[in-house]
Amino acid sequence: MSATELRTPAVSGFAPGRWIGRVTAFLIAGVFVLFFVIPILWLLLAGTKTDRQLLLGNPFSFGSLGTIVDNWNALAGFQQGVIWTWLGNSAVYSIAALAITLVVSIPAGYALALTDFRLRRPLLIVTLVVMLIPNTALVLPVFLEVSSVHLVGTPLAVILPFSFFPFGVYLTFIYFSTSVSRDLLDAARIDGAGELRVFAQVAMPLAVPVIALVGFFNFTSNWNNYFLPFVMEPGPKSPVQVGLAELLSNVALFNPTSAGSVTIQLPVLALATLVSVAPVLVIFLFSQRFLVSGMTAGGTKE
Amino acid sequence: MGYAFSSGYGLLLVLFGVLPTLYAIYLAFTKNGAFAGLENFTHVFADYRFLPAVEHVALYLFIWLILLVVVVVILALIVHGLRRRWLSASVRFLYYIPGALAGASSVMLWLFVLDPEVSPVSGILRGLGLSSFVQTVSVQNLPVVFTVIAFWTGAGGWIVIMYGALNNISLEVMEAARIDGAGPIKTAWFIQIPLLRKWISYMGIMSLAAGTQLFVEPRVLSQASRGVVPPDYSLNQLAYLYAFNQGDFNGSAAISLVLLVVALGLAAFFVFRGGLFERD
Repeated sequence: MSATELRTPAVSGFAPGRWIGRVTAFLIAGVFVLFFVIPILWLLLAGTKTDRQLLLGNPFSFGSLGTIVDNWNALAGFQQGVIWTWLGNSAVYSIAALAITLVVSIPAGYALALTDFRLRRPLLIVTLVVMLIPNTALVLPVFLEVSSVHLVGTPLAVILPFSFFPFGVYLTFIYFSTSVSRDLLDAARIDGAGELRVFAQVAMPLAVPVIALVGFFNFTSNWNNYFLPFVMEPGPKSPVQVGLAELLSNVALFNPTSAGSVTIQLPVLALATLVSVAPVLVIFLFSQRFLVSGMTAGGTKE
Repeated sequence: MGYAFSSGYGLLLVLFGVLPTLYAIYLAFTKNGAFAGLENFTHVFADYRFLPAVEHVALYLFIWLILLVVVVVILALIVHGLRRRWLSASVRFLYYIPGALAGASSVMLWLFVLDPEVSPVSGILRGLGLSSFVQTVSVQNLPVVFTVIAFWTGAGGWIVIMYGALNNISLEVMEAARIDGAGPIKTAWFIQIPLLRKWISYMGIMSLAAGTQLFVEPRVLSQASRGVVPPDYSLNQLAYLYAFNQGDFNGSAAISLVLLVVALGLAAFFVFRGGLFERD
């Protein structure tokens, strides 16, 4: 709160050197605002235009509402509405994995933070190491394993690997070890509550913020994941991220060999891109605070 | 009781962390079920596509890491220095929002941005002498193209993290620097950046690990560019081709294992030496 005031320099008066520095800083920050925002702005508008408008018109003009409907109909008509199948798959995979993630990660984080057992420390360290491995690193090994038990192509082949979410366990661990005291749990135990009741009635109500946080990170990473479903779920089982690339091979501009078959116009592809990220984009708009606290959760030691 | 609570997670850890790793090790060192020593590795390393893939990924990492570290630190310092709270918060938010488009969708969006025919910044592309999509994504431009895409999606998150870390620097330290006559640049160089060191190395190591895995970007671009971007541009693509086109699971496992060892090594190094994470 007072941080902003304290940061203001006490010396006033005209200092040209500092003024130039300030303008330069503003310029740099502004240029990067444009860099980050322009593609998104363009994407929001592209779906409102016809192919011709997109190629010839001002890139930041608005087409018309009617064109959005036309583009949407073209998208929904592609392969008899396969976009719905893709979106449905994404929803099923992401939500099922989210549910399993919460059911296994929250108790695990709780156990790591507030109970004692012999494998606690090894489990914690393994969790940390695995959490820092990029999730793409295990995709092909998991694929080779899953294909050896002939589960490729089943929903479980993505749902279960998605549910293995060490980052969520770590976030829960940090949360419980910093904001819930063992004394509180002991008090409940003295009152005669069993371990399960202590967890369900004392710890869980306190864990709402971290459940939301883990849920956020798990859902967004499931929804946006490309590599794993790409190898695991071919054809009509694809989620929308993989389907999007499929759509791409039907765009005449990028792929001339597709001429003759049904082609997708550029604005339709842009609209599909927007639709494919819409759920995550909406969640992002409303949860910035979450993100910040989640991403800096590691920095408890300074 | 601790075992009961962590059993579900433990099971998933074994099934999708430990077992696939062990199975990849098994596959990488065997051929048709018989022990093969290093044969799969030498076979893969001798593949004419292997070295170019290593070079591609290395060049991309080199450009990307330097740009990421320099620009993220500068932007975080600038945003942190903005005096108006709402302004600083909005700028951070705008930097961050592309993070929602991870994966194939961000590549898809950049297909448009990089195509001079439809790009909102076609003037800039033409100014750089790029008049067609095929030209923009020619192989020698790819490390820069991937850098731009990765930076666009990922940098905002890191800027937010660095901003948080800058907020943790005590006000007395900053005040003392100012009283000693240090301007913003000196303060940044001698006080703020040294105190950010852990976070910078965290960012560098994580990005290095993630960058070695390069897959979605070249995969989608290769699909879109009429084969101008080769289907075996990166190591993970090569491992994918081994498994899916050649049916050579042993070779695929060998490449994956090399990549996994790199990622594991970096992660373990950071957990044990970085000291950023609580492991009590």
